Amino acid sequence: MIRKAKGFYETFDRKEPGTKATHYCPGCGHGIIHKLIGEAMAELGIQDRTVFVSPVGCAAFCFHYFDCGNVAGPHGRASAVATGVSRALPGKVVISYQGDGDLGAIGFNNAFQAANRGEHFACFFVNNSIYAMTGGQMAPTTMLGQRTTTTPFGRDPVKEGYPLKVCEMLNQLDAPMFIERVSVSDTKRIMQAKKAMRKALEIQRDGKGYAFVEFLSPCPTNWRMDPVASARFVNDQMEKVFPLGNFRDRSAEPAPVANPVPRSTIEELLGKGHEGPAAKVDPGFKERRFKFSGFGGQGVLSLGLVVAEAAGASGRFVSWLPSYGPEQRGGYASCSVVVSGKEVGSPAVDSPDVLVAMSQQAAEKFAATVPAGGVVIHEASLPEPKAREGVRVMAFPAARIAAEAGTPKAANTALLVALTALDLHGLPLEKVLAALDASFAAKPALVERNRKVFQAAFDWAKNNL
Amino acid sequence: MRKFVKGNEAVAIGAVYAGCDTYFGYPITPASDIAHAVAEYFPQLGREHLQAECETGTINMIFGAASAGKLAMTASSGPGISLMQEGLSYLAGAQLPAVIVNVQRVGPGLGNIGPEQGDYNQAVKGGGHGNFHNIVLAPASVQEMCDLTIKAFEMAFKYRNPVVVLADAVLGQMMEFLQLPKMESPRPETSSWAVHGDADTRGNLVSSIYLDNELQERHNWMLQEKYASMEADALSESYKTGDAEIVLTGYGTCSRIARSAVDELRSQNVKAGLFHPLTLFPFPAKALNKAAKAGKLLAVELSNGQYRDDVLLHLDRKIDCDVELINRMGGNMMTVEDVVLRAREMLEARA
Repeated sequence: MIRKAKGFYETFDRKEPGTKATHYCPGCGHGIIHKLIGEAMAELGIQDRTVFVSPVGCAAFCFHYFDCGNVAGPHGRASAVATGVSRALPGKVVISYQGDGDLGAIGFNNAFQAANRGEHFACFFVNNSIYAMTGGQMAPTTMLGQRTTTTPFGRDPVKEGYPLKVCEMLNQLDAPMFIERVSVSDTKRIMQAKKAMRKALEIQRDGKGYAFVEFLSPCPTNWRMDPVASARFVNDQMEKVFPLGNFRDRSAEPAPVANPVPRSTIEELLGKGHEGPAAKVDPGFKERRFKFSGFGGQGVLSLGLVVAEAAGASGRFVSWLPSYGPEQRGGYASCSVVVSGKEVGSPAVDSPDVLVAMSQQAAEKFAATVPAGGVVIHEASLPEPKAREGVRVMAFPAARIAAEAGTPKAANTALLVALTALDLHGLPLEKVLAALDASFAAKPALVERNRKVFQAAFDWAKNNL
Repeated sequence: MRKFVKGNEAVAIGAVYAGCDTYFGYPITPASDIAHAVAEYFPQLGREHLQAECETGTINMIFGAASAGKLAMTASSGPGISLMQEGLSYLAGAQLPAVIVNVQRVGPGLGNIGPEQGDYNQAVKGGGHGNFHNIVLAPASVQEMCDLTIKAFEMAFKYRNPVVVLADAVLGQMMEFLQLPKMESPRPETSSWAVHGDADTRGNLVSSIYLDNELQERHNWMLQEKYASMEADALSESYKTGDAEIVLTGYGTCSRIARSAVDELRSQNVKAGLFHPLTLFPFPAKALNKAAKAGKLLAVELSNGQYRDDVLLHLDRKIDCDVELINRMGGNMMTVEDVVLRAREMLEARA
């Protein structure tokens, strides 16, 4: 039973209509800590702007008591939930209340990383050196030699490690504004705890960042001691391992300010693209399935993209898919492009109408997948790949043309001309050129050089094909 | 306005137009491009993007942001989604709206980063603990990666329920033209249940705890009624099923392969059709049973029959219909030709 305290509901109806009794055991520290939080919230006048995140454990029912917005999340995750709340509600006061198993074990990474980011919430960490709600098991903060239901012979550092000193660990981080360890074992200590608690909430009220307060708290039930012996255990045993005191207080400093990011509108960010109509169904247009292949760095994927962009600009349905499945192994780069007069079905091209091969490996790998009536275009300096009967195999000296035109890396652009000259894509020349230019939008110097390669290849094709 | 974009970027664009406020993520292939795009767009629009420490962090940050009534989402793939399952159960229990995109990769375990659909049961049957369902949407194109992300937020808030957008590595990595949405979605009203950190919502509680057995059971019955009511929002596409003697069925990338197979079969004078669900929960059972009148269903999937099993589950037992399966796993995909041959075999078996 707690006397009606500030910041609490009049009666704890979520527990049981009309009741004024809490669910805590006699001598438990949670009730005292709750009272301190409630008073501080009320005195600071922040109840209307506070969201309280409860843990799982004995304090799972914080929402029975605190008269503010309440959220109850999973075990160990209150710091992650509080991160979500405070990021969603900048400027509000967010409190995360967690026990030692919750914060120190299962949820340690979430708590530690939230502290490291300097999240805007107050984390109240209740250390009673034991899992209480689940039946008195060892916590990360259990003392050496302390008996629990899972350390019946006492915690052995060789087997179970040492009590986890959370304040000391958080104090290694740069971001926290405030870190203090207090105790609620007696009146003098409670007065100090109250000050620390209030400071942590003031930091939230003022939007300054992360504040952490650890409370050493008695658990007579699971320690199997009476309240007096429990208080003595906190003072005599726990304080030796977990010394009280302030580790950090930067509350007088101004809040850190994030670097500015340029602001934009959806229209400005996403509004650039293709004007003009969407693809139209055209039953007269023969679907064309392309495979572009080579090794990484030859611009095989970009070649496919230029064809796809040109097809889209020409009102065709189109899909582009980078290499998938086993093709990802063995040093190939490839992409499948489907250009169609109707909605594209499978974006994967297993039997291409047109194969463009820029490497010997790729040519050998894919040439046999082209069915009769199809075309294989390969870089002329490579040996002619074996193709099925009825497949046209064409050597195109793309590397030489690109080199002679002054841009050896633009062999892929020369191959684009082979497709155009043989009308294998069925797309208007101006759309192809526009797509080629657009593909170098980020490197304008390359636009002219690729145009030059395109023209050289075009001239070659005119004379030789 | 149209843009030529990857499926993953289309998800991010959908999130922008849906009015998504907060994105929490953790990198994983093949879903990471979604976070890349969001990390670029969101801060410029005054919205929140945070790379979390892990997927358990991610899903609980979403729990927090959703509790605040905000539009919250994440995207991940198999292993990351597995880590989020506890959180999905809590979201469902607390009736919180959230969007989780799963760009499925290959499993079990680390598997590989190719396309597979092995997370079907995890998404559709619940995945986490307890008697709950996610709403599950299954895009099959870059356009649908955007449109169904927007739809996911609509349904998440309509039903106050987590929604999984179940894509795969092909859909995430492929590029197609995306018609941009015309405008941003209207914002949902949340003050009756969310905690905004203001006087209006000071009395609200977001929680999934009911210590009293009767209350918990009542809560569970209410959830089941809610799930049943979702049937009205089941979506599917039936393509050339009217006169079909065999209907191919699959979702996502498989529906695309099946569609090509239907066209090929039709060109061979085989009356084939396609039944393609867009919602996997609620499952479009009525439309399935209409298509099943063909008498032969061939499930096309990149998993071990998980989707086929659901087809069998939803099939009206009074309909005389054979259901068979063609599937690949491991990151492999069946070819259109494989599906055509399998369908022909199925038809010839009758003769």
